[in-house]
Amino acid sequence: MLRRFHHTQPESFAFSEENRKWAEAQITKYPEGRQASAIIPLLWRAQEQEGWLTKPATEYVADFLGMAHIRAYEVATFYFMFQLRPVGTTAHIQVCGTTSCMICGAEDLVEVCKERIAEKPHQVSPCGRFSWEEVECLGACANAPMVQIGKDYYEDLSRASFETLLNDLQDNKKPLPGSRKGRFSSEPESGIKSLSEMARQKDEFSPAVSLAQSEGAS
Amino acid sequence: MLADKDRIFTNLYGMDDCTLAGAKKRGHWDGTADLIKKGQDWIITQVKESGLRGRGGAGFPTGLKWSFMPKNSDGRPHYLVVNADESEPGTCKDREIMRHDPHTLIEGCLIAGFAMRSNVGYIYIRGEYIREKELLQAAIDEAYADGLLGKNACNSGWDFDLYLHHGAGAYICGEETALLESLEGKKGMPRMKPPFPAGSGLYGCPTTVNNVESIAVVPTILRRGATWFSSFGRENNTGTKIFAISGHVNSPCVVEESMSITLRELIDKHCDGVRGGWDNLKAVIPGGASVPLLPKALCDDAIMDFDWLRDHQSGLGTAAVIVMDQSTDVVKAIWRLSKFYKHESCGQCTPCREGAGWMMRVMERFVSGEADIEEIDTLLRITKQVEGHTICALGDAAAWPVQGLIRHFRHEIEEKIIREKVPA
Ligand code: FES
Repeated sequence: MLRRFHHTQPESFAFSEENRKWAEAQITKYPEGRQASAIIPLLWRAQEQEGWLTKPATEYVADFLGMAHIRAYEVATFYFMFQLRPVGTTAHIQVCGTTSCMICGAEDLVEVCKERIAEKPHQVSPCGRFSWEEVECLGACANAPMVQIGKDYYEDLSRASFETLLNDLQDNKKPLPGSRKGRFSSEPESGIKSLSEMARQKDEFSPAVSLAQSEGAS
Repeated sequence: MLADKDRIFTNLYGMDDCTLAGAKKRGHWDGTADLIKKGQDWIITQVKESGLRGRGGAGFPTGLKWSFMPKNSDGRPHYLVVNADESEPGTCKDREIMRHDPHTLIEGCLIAGFAMRSNVGYIYIRGEYIREKELLQAAIDEAYADGLLGKNACNSGWDFDLYLHHGAGAYICGEETALLESLEGKKGMPRMKPPFPAGSGLYGCPTTVNNVESIAVVPTILRRGATWFSSFGRENNTGTKIFAISGHVNSPCVVEESMSITLRELIDKHCDGVRGGWDNLKAVIPGGASVPLLPKALCDDAIMDFDWLRDHQSGLGTAAVIVMDQSTDVVKAIWRLSKFYKHESCGQCTPCREGAGWMMRVMERFVSGEADIEEIDTLLRITKQVEGHTICALGDAAAWPVQGLIRHFRHEIEEKIIREKVPA
């Protein structure tokens, strides 16, 4: 699939002090002379810093790792999680459209995105705050249909619960991720049928949802 | 139904304590050093005798794979690489291990690393699993702080470092050599084999790539014995297995069950049955997107293991069961998979790059019915020209679902075409 850098690019890029330190530590995971291995994690960090992956950021990371720019361009354009153009400032919504989600209603979610955000994927909404795209299976099929926003998965969605989610985001709320049908994680909705002895469910939320909560979601 | 006492992943849903202390309470990290002290040969023999076959899709015997690693080092380091790039549509099992029972995997890495004489392991997790990455990293940090990893890991006398690495949204990186390319910082394009990774893998060094579940079950197999594990399932298809059931069942879920469970029992016992009842079933994809689907008639007696499904022209794959009821447009469901493979083809081999798009476009016309009947055979012929003619198995994976559809649902494609031709 053809993926190109955006036509308008910022002048430059540099890691924040914190990210630079983090990046240096990442490189030590790999043997001497193999620092190129760190390119995906570093590009990802650059994208997190800027909101999308710019050409100057890609070049900066290449220089950081002592790689030819072309090698970094190849990586940036090959991997779909790198957003090569600006996305909504509040949320970029990634709707899983693959078969398990599709047969459970993902097409409704895409329709909502078209109505409320933008007709086309990767297009930023008029207010500049939202964008969306259809992505391939996100590996949460037993909780289909679902979307990813930032780090989090919002699962067991319906048109109505997805609309509520979008409304909350619109109102600058940080909704908790996880199931919209009240499931803890991937157990059957009707209640667990195995591991009932071991499953004490001492916490209100699953570990993944708790992480989002610790970052301010509620 | 598998009894809870025979489940390996006793915190699959994350309802119990996910920390190291919780894992130890559930019996993990128990006597790990003693297991290691029994030596490489003992471990590999046990894994072979347990009958464990790789849980990532291909079903290759795990113990045998480990035995391909060189016994004596020629100076190059050995690497263990864990394939945590779970991306086969329908599949969401390794996710539960990594976010809820991560110590099964970490302990497994130490043991597997030792067994293949490797002092370093990398876990390659798909980029989208960001929370899973954070939770797994926290568990690795805990293991280091407790002396279970690092120098003289777990007092076993073996040094072992374990690093977590992530991808960025390319399905192809689940193919082991593409994963290695990606881990080296390149585009994830599969390598020609030979050389096989055991001879020349990561950084040109002997490497074994294993799926998360394959590694995570090993400590429990060693503790409870190969015969315990092999007591589940049919011959050549042994053990317990994590299934992920999605689609049109009343309660989709992820669950660990005995291998060779019947499809019907799996769905009825764990998922509250097919939506609208068993007779409302139309078809099931039993092992993730790449395996051909089974029509209801075959589902009635389907046994969920490698051999039964292979004998019925399908496969266990990743044991990701996608259930479709009578309301499903099965042609469209398979078209969506063709679209997936077209999107994910790395572009390296012509038959796959061009063929995947070609198959998707013809399937698209079948969905609307704007096609000619003869094109069904043309499409079938094209799938055969893609299958087996590419460097990696993505070409096969793109061809199989279409072949399965034509084999079992040709009449539905024909009906669509005829309906379109005859004005209402
Ligand atoms: S198909 Fe949507 S998460 Fe797998």
